[in-house]
Amino acid sequence: MEEKHLTCIGCPMGCQLTVTMENGEVKEVTGNTCKRGDVYARKEVTDPTRIVTSSVKVNGGKIPMVSVKTKNDIPKGMIFEICKALTDVEVNAPVNIGDVVVPNVCGTGVDVIATKSIPAA
Amino acid sequence: MQSYDLVIIGGGPAGLAAAVSARDNGIESILIIERDHELGGILNQCIHNGFGLHTFKEELTGPEYAQRFIDQVKERNIEYKLNTMVMDISDKKVVTAMNRTDGMFEIQAKAVILAMGCRERSRGALNIPGYRPAGIFSAGTAQRLVNIEGYMPGKKVVILGSGDIGLIMARRMTLEGAEVKVVAELMPYSGGLKRNIVQCLDDFGIPLKLSHTVVDIEGKERVEGITIAEVGPDMKPIPGTEEHYECDTLLLSCGLLPENELSKTAGVSLSPITSGPVVNDSLETSVEGIFACGNVLHVHDLVDFVSEEAKNAGINAAKYIKEGKKVAEKEIKINPTGGVRYTVPVSIRPKEMDDSVTVRFRVGQVFKNSYVAMYYGDTQVLKRKKQIMAPGEMEQVIIKKEELNNYPDISEITVKIEAE
Repeated sequence: MEEKHLTCIGCPMGCQLTVTMENGEVKEVTGNTCKRGDVYARKEVTDPTRIVTSSVKVNGGKIPMVSVKTKNDIPKGMIFEICKALTDVEVNAPVNIGDVVVPNVCGTGVDVIATKSIPAA
Repeated sequence: MQSYDLVIIGGGPAGLAAAVSARDNGIESILIIERDHELGGILNQCIHNGFGLHTFKEELTGPEYAQRFIDQVKERNIEYKLNTMVMDISDKKVVTAMNRTDGMFEIQAKAVILAMGCRERSRGALNIPGYRPAGIFSAGTAQRLVNIEGYMPGKKVVILGSGDIGLIMARRMTLEGAEVKVVAELMPYSGGLKRNIVQCLDDFGIPLKLSHTVVDIEGKERVEGITIAEVGPDMKPIPGTEEHYECDTLLLSCGLLPENELSKTAGVSLSPITSGPVVNDSLETSVEGIFACGNVLHVHDLVDFVSEEAKNAGINAAKYIKEGKKVAEKEIKINPTGGVRYTVPVSIRPKEMDDSVTVRFRVGQVFKNSYVAMYYGDTQVLKRKKQIMAPGEMEQVIIKKEELNNYPDISEITVKIEAE
């Protein structure tokens, strides 16, 4: 038996959740006031994921940086690795919203795409 | 002098949504005036996701959310002027503006929508002692530097204030390689969303110190260190609780203030609580034909609510342009009390109002297991249980015309928080 402690993000209550795990499986969630806490806790302890957003350099664009995001959720544990991989990325203007900036970032199978259009200067 | 039916001051989320809705309600002659070099306002630098859950039922980043509305403005061929600063609005709705191509010029508008947004509370407004070295930024300035201009403001960071922009920047600076040492918050609760506290601070092990403030800034040329201390119930630092942090940067995320210098030139009455215009149910200010929406009216928590409010401002401005001013038969004041700090709007015209009007408000402290109550005169018409209400989140009640007109003799509507 293992216990994990989380703060629910469903609403400003911020319920302190306790998840009881056994052999990697969720046995019980306590401390939640509503269903959302239960759903959040189960996902967060078994498969925590995030969208990563950042910005990368644009050459010859109207502004020097373009904002980007992972098109889908990536494992939470890979946030730093993905940000690091984006540090030296440069793209050339024009950039269109939705353009793939880095395909299959860090082998996640998820593309990093532009979230803004940058016309050429 | 040029003339337009509707001039909208500001091309951020409020101005864009107001323009789209005014056009969809039959107004052809519209001009949006924007001081930046592109439309979209502050959303352009809010590159994180979480926008649009209410409006589009999906999670977008700020620039993506802005683009949806920019596309709608462009599809409708609504005119806009970029790099243009409005200097003055008269009570006769003459807008004076300037830019590098046209110089100074005047526009006569039939109606004006104020959509200038808000700005951050600066160090000068916070009375923090110490020297004035480089390395002190508002969180929003740091956000612009990192996300749009590609500069890192510093390497070791202390953040004062736990507003959402500060929390977002704690994560952003961390991911770009900076060390964020602590977030200090004067109040005993955070003004930011719970989601941001967990995903921007807890995820990265950044401590949040509630009831703490900055008592000293060290360094003459550049920030070299920050001292924070715990504050008592009187908000004064408690001697002996000082903690020192070595750092090169201090970010300030200490609240937002509606930007109403232009509203004042037009003679618009402002609320001392929101610092935004006083408006009735049509979002019209004290000056006929001048409407307000978005963060210039009151600071919102979610952009989705800005878009919704701006849509109403557009509808009402269109109605005014087409039908002219109708003097309200009766106007009922909304009285915020018992923990409700303010309401927007502040009054309702029972005859002229839309079928339903959303009244938004904020509470002044954290309330648990309490009720939002509304009274028409002395009669309670709403009692809704809320497990939690916090100053950082906007609340709302809805006033229905049909229901309100069952109470023809009342002079006041009350919105308050009740324990039982």
